[in-house]
Amino acid sequence: MADAAAVATAAVVAVCCLALLASSRDGAVVYWFGAWTPRDGIALGVAFAVDPVGAAVATLAGVLATAALTFSWRIFEAVRTLHHGLMLVFLAGIVGFCLSGDLFNMFVFYELFSVAAYALAGYQTTDPGPVRGALNFAITNSVGAILVLAGIALLYGRTGALNLAQLGQSLATHPADGLVVVAFLLLMVGFFVKAAVVPFHFWLADAYALAPTVVGVLFAGVVSELGLYAVARVYWTVFSGPLAGVQGLRAVLLVGAVTTALVGGVMCVLQHHLARMLAYATVSHVGLTLAGFALLGPAGTGGAVLYLVADGLVKGALFISVGIVDHHLRDTDELRLAGRGRHLPWTAALLVAGALGLAGVPPFGTFLGKALMEEAALEAGQPWLIALFVTVAALTSAALLRATGRIFLGLGPAREAAARRGPDESAVRHPHAHPTQVAPAVALLAGAVALGLWPGLTAAAEEAAGRFTDRPAYAAAVLGGAAAEAPAAHPAVPLAVPARWAALSAVLGLALALAALRPDRLPAGLRDRLAPAVAPAVAALRRVHAVQIGDSVTWLVVGMAGFGALLALVTR
Amino acid sequence: MLRFLPYLVAAWLLLAGLYGIVTSRNLVHAITCLSVAQSSTYILLLSVGFERGGTAPIFLDVPVGTRAVDPVVGALTLTDVVVGATVSALLLALAVQAYKHNGTLDPERFGGELD
Repeated sequence: MADAAAVATAAVVAVCCLALLASSRDGAVVYWFGAWTPRDGIALGVAFAVDPVGAAVATLAGVLATAALTFSWRIFEAVRTLHHGLMLVFLAGIVGFCLSGDLFNMFVFYELFSVAAYALAGYQTTDPGPVRGALNFAITNSVGAILVLAGIALLYGRTGALNLAQLGQSLATHPADGLVVVAFLLLMVGFFVKAAVVPFHFWLADAYALAPTVVGVLFAGVVSELGLYAVARVYWTVFSGPLAGVQGLRAVLLVGAVTTALVGGVMCVLQHHLARMLAYATVSHVGLTLAGFALLGPAGTGGAVLYLVADGLVKGALFISVGIVDHHLRDTDELRLAGRGRHLPWTAALLVAGALGLAGVPPFGTFLGKALMEEAALEAGQPWLIALFVTVAALTSAALLRATGRIFLGLGPAREAAARRGPDESAVRHPHAHPTQVAPAVALLAGAVALGLWPGLTAAAEEAAGRFTDRPAYAAAVLGGAAAEAPAAHPAVPLAVPARWAALSAVLGLALALAALRPDRLPAGLRDRLAPAVAPAVAALRRVHAVQIGDSVTWLVVGMAGFGALLALVTR
Repeated sequence: MLRFLPYLVAAWLLLAGLYGIVTSRNLVHAITCLSVAQSSTYILLLSVGFERGGTAPIFLDVPVGTRAVDPVVGALTLTDVVVGATVSALLLALAVQAYKHNGTLDPERFGGELD
């Protein structure tokens, strides 16, 4: 009963958000609480301002919550109502965050879903791991929230406004000065922590990998994405006026994006624990999405949003698949599981399909998002970004394909596997995956494919992003005033060239996976030269990532100082 | 100079709190330091809305145009206090769980692999 009620609630939320998405296509849907409408263009009350981008992220959260709750239908007998209640509060916070048109309300919803997330990450108290992960998650993210609030306080002191549109209007009259830049720094770093941009990402792997799988679905699918959404939303509505003339801002954001994408991709390949692998895949794909936003134009933003939604669906499906593996084999370590998944062909198929989704192969929606971002990168004169997209897609899909090959086909050197093998070999408790477990993953993957096949989706995404990035039009829609002119029609994005890049990513990913599984087939000269060169770097990267709570906050402070120094350089 | 004092205090509290979290070897200590850092935002918000010589923002029986401190920052601070209390309570509950499992509050002596 509790299961059915929770699933039904989440499904209704998803449908409502989808309806909002449809009705906001012709113009932002603005709702003033208590009918405190603006007087003479001054916002008095608190508003929800819904546009297609916000509604799309909220819909993603609703869909993932529905899938996750369906998956957990029979799993949480003991703590069921507590778990379902927390999941729904978590979802409510996310939806409010996406729809809010008020900066302080964004902070409150941010804290609401964060607190629910800390509890969800740590409530499985039979095991010491989750508690440690949750503590690191909660402390680092709370520091991020404090920075966000400090930024809001500075902006309120300058403008006397909290409404996003009003803030943007007040700030646009002057070029950015020190106070505005510091407020920008505080807000961006606060949201970067949630998005897990390197070096603010050290809390993520423990929190995502040690949390129950059901929770991981929402964490990996939507939480990091919310940080990125907030970065883009706040930049475009509030700071795009005063920071419009800052030439180096794009370069600063791209540095963060590239570092995140590469560090996440390499760490993903180095993992043997499936959930941890997906956690680092999330980090690397956050880097890719941030690269799209960092181009600071409508095309890049549209591509990033499309990619974010499709990627969220794929990662949700992958986390559910890992949950199925965990449920049946009582383990998620690739090496210990080598060859033990032969009786689960459907789960293997799900993981392979998910790996292709991560690689951004058509017909997955991730392909369209990436194609748009690549087009935007070419327009912005940054063609090298395509190489980054191909590399990262290859790395993350290679890690998953390698693990799938090892677990389900028994490929790979037996020596490595035997060394890690645990005592409970035979524990195969549930011979077949239950339909309520497989169906949500299939549905999420089907959703990602449907996005990729939807006719005219790239044009719609570009149009939505055009409105998302148009500060005066947003202000007019929220505060009243001159109506925005109709956005220009967008030519269809050519897909032939991006399809070749996507194919290259997938082939590279497969080749890397095979190389990892059959190192004896590599030319001996290459192997002997490569290993000593790479090993120290890999060891250093691993050492840096074995963090305590204090280290993760230290990195936060160091990252903020670095980002601040770069901002000071470019806004001088 | 006195005008900037609250901002300096806010910055000091934030840095002191962060320093405490970074160097902490005890979870309860770390969580308290987080509260210290959080209280910097109370000071910052209140000083942003402060009006020298202003009264409390209760507009009853006072002439129109009386100077008053900004009531909005008071509301924001109150919300912030509630949020801070929630986070601290949850974190302390997690710390109790961590102590039950590990027999220590020092995060560096917790069991389980770090990778």
